[in-house]
Amino acid sequence: MSATRPRRSRSGSYADRRFRLTLRRAEERAGASGGIKWFLRYVFPDHWSFLLGEIALYSFITLVATGIYLTVYYVPSDTQVIYHGPYVLLQGEQMSEAYSSVLHISFDVPAGLLIRQTHHWAANVFIAAIVLHVMRVFFTGAFRKPRDLNWMIGLTMLMLAVLEGFAGYSLVDDLLSGMGLAIAYAVVLSIPFIGAQLGYLIWGGPFPGSGEFFARLEIVHVLLIPAALAILITLHLAMIMRQHHSQFPGKGRRERNVVGTPTWPAYALRSLGLLFAVGAVLILAGGLIQINPIWQWGPYHTYLSENGAQPDWYIGWLIGALRLMPNWEGPVIGGHTLFPNPFWGGAFFPLIVFGFMYAWPAIERRITGDYRRHDLLDRPRDRPTRTAFGAAFMSWVVIIFAVGATDRIFFQLYISYEQQIHFWRVGVWVLPVIVFFLVRSICRSLQRSGGHPLRAWEGEVLVRSPDGGFESVADSPEGRGSALAEPPSGTAPGQESNL
Amino acid sequence: MSPPDPRRDGRLRAISALAGRLLAFRALREALLSRTPPPPPPEGSEDPSEREVPANRRAETGVAVLLVLAALCGFGFTAAYAADWHDTQVLGATLGVCLALIAVALVLAGKLVVPQETHVEERGLLLKEDEVEEVADILEEGGEGISRRALLTGAAGLAGAGLLTAAATPLASLGPNLDGIHSTAWRRGVRLVDDKGSPYRAQDIEAGTFYTALPEHADPDAFGSGLIVVRLDAKYLHLPAARRGWAPDGILAYSKICPHAGCAISLYRYPTYQATSVGPAFTCPCHYSTFLPGEGGRVVFGPAGRALPQLPLMVDGEGWLRAAGEFREDIGPSWWSVHRGQS
Repeated sequence: MSATRPRRSRSGSYADRRFRLTLRRAEERAGASGGIKWFLRYVFPDHWSFLLGEIALYSFITLVATGIYLTVYYVPSDTQVIYHGPYVLLQGEQMSEAYSSVLHISFDVPAGLLIRQTHHWAANVFIAAIVLHVMRVFFTGAFRKPRDLNWMIGLTMLMLAVLEGFAGYSLVDDLLSGMGLAIAYAVVLSIPFIGAQLGYLIWGGPFPGSGEFFARLEIVHVLLIPAALAILITLHLAMIMRQHHSQFPGKGRRERNVVGTPTWPAYALRSLGLLFAVGAVLILAGGLIQINPIWQWGPYHTYLSENGAQPDWYIGWLIGALRLMPNWEGPVIGGHTLFPNPFWGGAFFPLIVFGFMYAWPAIERRITGDYRRHDLLDRPRDRPTRTAFGAAFMSWVVIIFAVGATDRIFFQLYISYEQQIHFWRVGVWVLPVIVFFLVRSICRSLQRSGGHPLRAWEGEVLVRSPDGGFESVADSPEGRGSALAEPPSGTAPGQESNL
Repeated sequence: MSPPDPRRDGRLRAISALAGRLLAFRALREALLSRTPPPPPPEGSEDPSEREVPANRRAETGVAVLLVLAALCGFGFTAAYAADWHDTQVLGATLGVCLALIAVALVLAGKLVVPQETHVEERGLLLKEDEVEEVADILEEGGEGISRRALLTGAAGLAGAGLLTAAATPLASLGPNLDGIHSTAWRRGVRLVDDKGSPYRAQDIEAGTFYTALPEHADPDAFGSGLIVVRLDAKYLHLPAARRGWAPDGILAYSKICPHAGCAISLYRYPTYQATSVGPAFTCPCHYSTFLPGEGGRVVFGPAGRALPQLPLMVDGEGWLRAAGEFREDIGPSWWSVHRGQS
């Protein structure tokens, strides 16, 4: 059936006439009907993995909504006060106004704890959704021209999101915040030549900083980074709509078209449904699952720390890198320490990870010599080398991330902390190499099989003849040969050059 | 709608899952054995457009019911709030379930109530060679008749540099200069007090545990204030020769701030079974740098690039613990001009 529908009669009911009149009045003033029509017919290709970015977007909306509420109550001040609130265990403790205000949100403000925990859960889901989205885009080749620019915008948003999350739980000024900020200060200080000046600039003096520090951190957390994210999200979406979504190959799908569900009505309803579902999950989590119980940590003082403190998950890779690093520091030249130790794990490592990801579209173009525009996605198996490389790179980062939990493993499983570190100092280089070759060969094998590892039919229909022999009559439920006759979707592996 | 894919038929799912696992194993095996050429790419010439109007009254009723239930949950949230029932679980559950019901209603409506349509949209190339040229022309024509192009460009660049410098200057007043980064409140004679302000006597310090000490009458939260104090048996004391007098009665004081990343050291390993245990050690809980208090704070494990700075101690006539001098090196994390100790 063709996509054009018969024009409906203009002589509708009273409500219909009013409706059309309203649209007409809007059109006289804004002249937006052309754009609206275009948007209502905009086509979204259907694939579950395309929803990851939407989940990130909807988490961001939840973050802004809950964040506004929290901003009303938060006090960005390190002025010391004595706590007299309802939480008995901290009564009489000296603490900053910042920490005291977050305790107030948690215990006194109606629904305050719900909003605070929802905000925290939303931050975790926001960054997780972005990371999964980045993985989807990488492994399907969606970062290639014309989407390479948008890939970089996305990576920038990921960096900002991690920074934003860290700033968020640092504002609380509980013991966990303070320990995180101390490490951040050490990493800033470790930057060659300008580190100390930069650290003093940010903190307004030597750690733990001047009275202005929390006001600075707050403005970064509630205005600067969210505004930057909002602008980048707008750019990201505008660019997607301009280029149209990429799509997986399939029936009727070509490089030059998009096949899928138009915005109105089905996709809009489903996507709004996802918005509400994300909100529901986050609020249910915020109401029912405790996260960051700040009252357990107590106030921060430079001379205190908590054993077994773990950051939010998205900082884990940096903690892991700081832990894994051998104690190299230097060289010391003329009384100057060139590279203090935290530089490697805290600054150089994320620089390498992000630098590599920013550069990947260009690297791949250079290696393959493929400078063409691509709108059809790859199945990961059809690009064995890229997939293997991505998996190896990911395993490298994930190992370092997991090293951030070595102390937990020690406490839970009694595997010596020191032995774990010694093991991973070698393993972190060996395992990714194994992953590379393993994944590459799995991809190649899947290509040949033409099947899906989790969905494929792998049976035969046998008929027994009167003389007792067996004959295979079908190798799929649809009849003989159909499983093999169905061409695998995806770019032809034969056409690949190096990747 | 397209006919349901037989491979997804419910009855076959269990078999498929098992087959999938088998296939994954086979894939692994085959990867090591042979390589056959892959099949050709698909053709994208078919037209998949379709539109189906469901007219599903039951689904419409279902969506309406869900929306009404969602409304009830929403009102429930307000009722709990208004009735001073500020239980986080109740508030979260009512609001969350309200949103969840709306979500289910919307998705059901999107899949069963409204027309289902697969639409094909042609995709533009974006690149229009003529327009690129035209834009370039228009931009360049704006400079027609200018003869001193280099001069103007240079002057504009200079103005930009001046403006940028001016805009960045206020940054300088954000942070004071680095005066004081090397100094702490510890001087000869400053008493060691606990976090409540009561001073330590030498006899208070017992072996096998650690004490946090702060300088008397000074800011306890300054980075250099915190000390970790322990008493060691003589058999564990192997201080460098220059520090022989720093540990009266075997009492040692070190900066509590880890010279790796600035966390407070709060783990003290003390041998309980002498035959096999290793000696006493401090460990930072952030990245597990481990220091030996008996050997001048030497690093034995972890990422710290410097020894833990030691503070010389003395015991006065009345038995109070006092600093016998200043730190000889910088406390806290390393930086460009950090004063490193000898060890």
